[in-house]
Amino acid sequence: MEEFTTVSEAAEEGVPAQAEAPVPAVRFENVKYTYDDDEEGTVFAVNGVTLTIRAGEFVAVLGRNGSGKSTLAKLINALLRPTEGKVTVFGLDTADAKKAFEIRKSAGMVFQNPDNQTVASVVEDDVAFGPENIGVPREEIGERITAALEAVGMTEFRHATPSRLSGGQKQRIAIAGVLAIQPKIMILDESTAMLDPKGRREVMDVVKKLNKEQGMTVILITHFMEEALEAERAVVMHRGEVVMDGTPEEIFARADELETYNLTLPRAAYICRRLQEAGMPVGNAFNAEELAEAICASLQKG
Amino acid sequence: MLNDVTFGQYYPTKSFVHNMDPRAKLLFVIAYIVAIFIANNFFGLILVTLALIFFILLARVPFGRVLRSIKMILFLIVFTAILNLLFYAGGENDIVLAQWWIITISWQSIINTIFLAMRLLLLVLGTALLTLTTTPVALTDGIESLLKPLKYIKFPVHELALIMSIALRFIPSLMEETNRIISAQKARGANFEKGGLIKRAKAMIPVLIPLLVSAFRRAEDLGDAMDARCYSGAKGRTKYKKLTFTWRDLLGLLFFAALITGIVLLNTYLLGRFDIIWQVQQWFGI
Repeated sequence: MEEFTTVSEAAEEGVPAQAEAPVPAVRFENVKYTYDDDEEGTVFAVNGVTLTIRAGEFVAVLGRNGSGKSTLAKLINALLRPTEGKVTVFGLDTADAKKAFEIRKSAGMVFQNPDNQTVASVVEDDVAFGPENIGVPREEIGERITAALEAVGMTEFRHATPSRLSGGQKQRIAIAGVLAIQPKIMILDESTAMLDPKGRREVMDVVKKLNKEQGMTVILITHFMEEALEAERAVVMHRGEVVMDGTPEEIFARADELETYNLTLPRAAYICRRLQEAGMPVGNAFNAEELAEAICASLQKG
Repeated sequence: MLNDVTFGQYYPTKSFVHNMDPRAKLLFVIAYIVAIFIANNFFGLILVTLALIFFILLARVPFGRVLRSIKMILFLIVFTAILNLLFYAGGENDIVLAQWWIITISWQSIINTIFLAMRLLLLVLGTALLTLTTTPVALTDGIESLLKPLKYIKFPVHELALIMSIALRFIPSLMEETNRIISAQKARGANFEKGGLIKRAKAMIPVLIPLLVSAFRRAEDLGDAMDARCYSGAKGRTKYKKLTFTWRDLLGLLFFAALITGIVLLNTYLLGRFDIIWQVQQWFGI
């Protein structure tokens, strides 16, 4: 019975997949999502998004509050279903309620508030929650916990209480909880927004490592421009639409356009731009080191 | 203000009792309570007391730590003891020591009072030892496992256990939140220390409402997080932690079987012959 379903599913997916193999990790096809607001009537949180995210990609989704970026994230793992259009995750349609379980197995999500996504009072029990839900045999759950905690560098906290940990540590536990399900996509919905700079660094390091070493597709929803620099690709959302899409360097080179979406440049890029405006011939720089080098180079020339 | 209220009173150490299966411990506490209530003479209660002392030593929890649990119900014990002492209507062979209006103090009432107070003390100390040696998480697991047979009458055992463990897990978060709201309201001029009981209770309303709102938001977030981690109820779910009975629990079982047998024997063979009133009368030569 099981084999039969898999075969038939594969056959269904096989048709569109053959046209443009390999199957993209996530695909939005003219997706709209509306909700009814008491004051504003029908609101388009996501308004006609078409977007393809390849497997193994590290994509940052940028945007102001209310730009629809969090809704976009929830549409991916079927927490929300599109009002119009189609969202597919490795070929599985999120509109199909029966596939939600499969989709969530392959697209894990880490949320904003580290305190509101822990279910157990002991770290290992919390990490075990996902694998328990998908029915992993007991011996294997132990192995998965070990591997997940190792991947986020929290092995020594296996028997600790989450409420006593720092924000960055709690978020790493949340990431471990998702990793234990062994997903192919990791969605971080503003997961660094409530953390201090140290905690943000911890989480970003873990996420980058997962992307590099395990080939995990990472979708990072954020409003920190510095974090976007660490991605391969940045997507800018504004009023429910994708307005910019490219490498972070390309995006940040269009500073004026970014400003119209109420977004600022990363600090180093901002300083660099002001220097250029002031007449100093510095090349483009996006982080502190690049900026220092650019300034040095321009001083040497001058 | 609220931070020093640690939830539960688990005393972390390694001992024979700590390592027992939580299910066994729950059952033993039930057996212990039964023992307290079937004992109808002082010898029975002394036997229970000895058993308790033995277990406290075995658990390597300091006596002071166990005795501290009496504090919470000390008032209740004293109150019931006084009522019992003053208002017990003696039997036929009773010796009245003092009488005034409806108040009577007799030998029987003194003995009854001591007996009742002892029962209550033993009850509290024994259950305290359970919570001192078992984490709330283990207790929840134990209760879930013990209630498992109820699944067959469609009782939602897994859901209940999950609710309990999530509640336990959110206690520190909500406490933190309460402190934060109290500080925020204080910064806006709220006063929680002054005024009578009603005024102070009223002052708590601006704390409780934001707390409630935030609790609902947390619940919604947690629901999303659980969905995202593939939660879909008890069906098809495996469990990482498995409880196992060990030789420790077998020894415990034998011990409690012996305790109850001992008390039953004391009840049948000692009562009458070693009647406490008769004893006291002998000692005092009345």
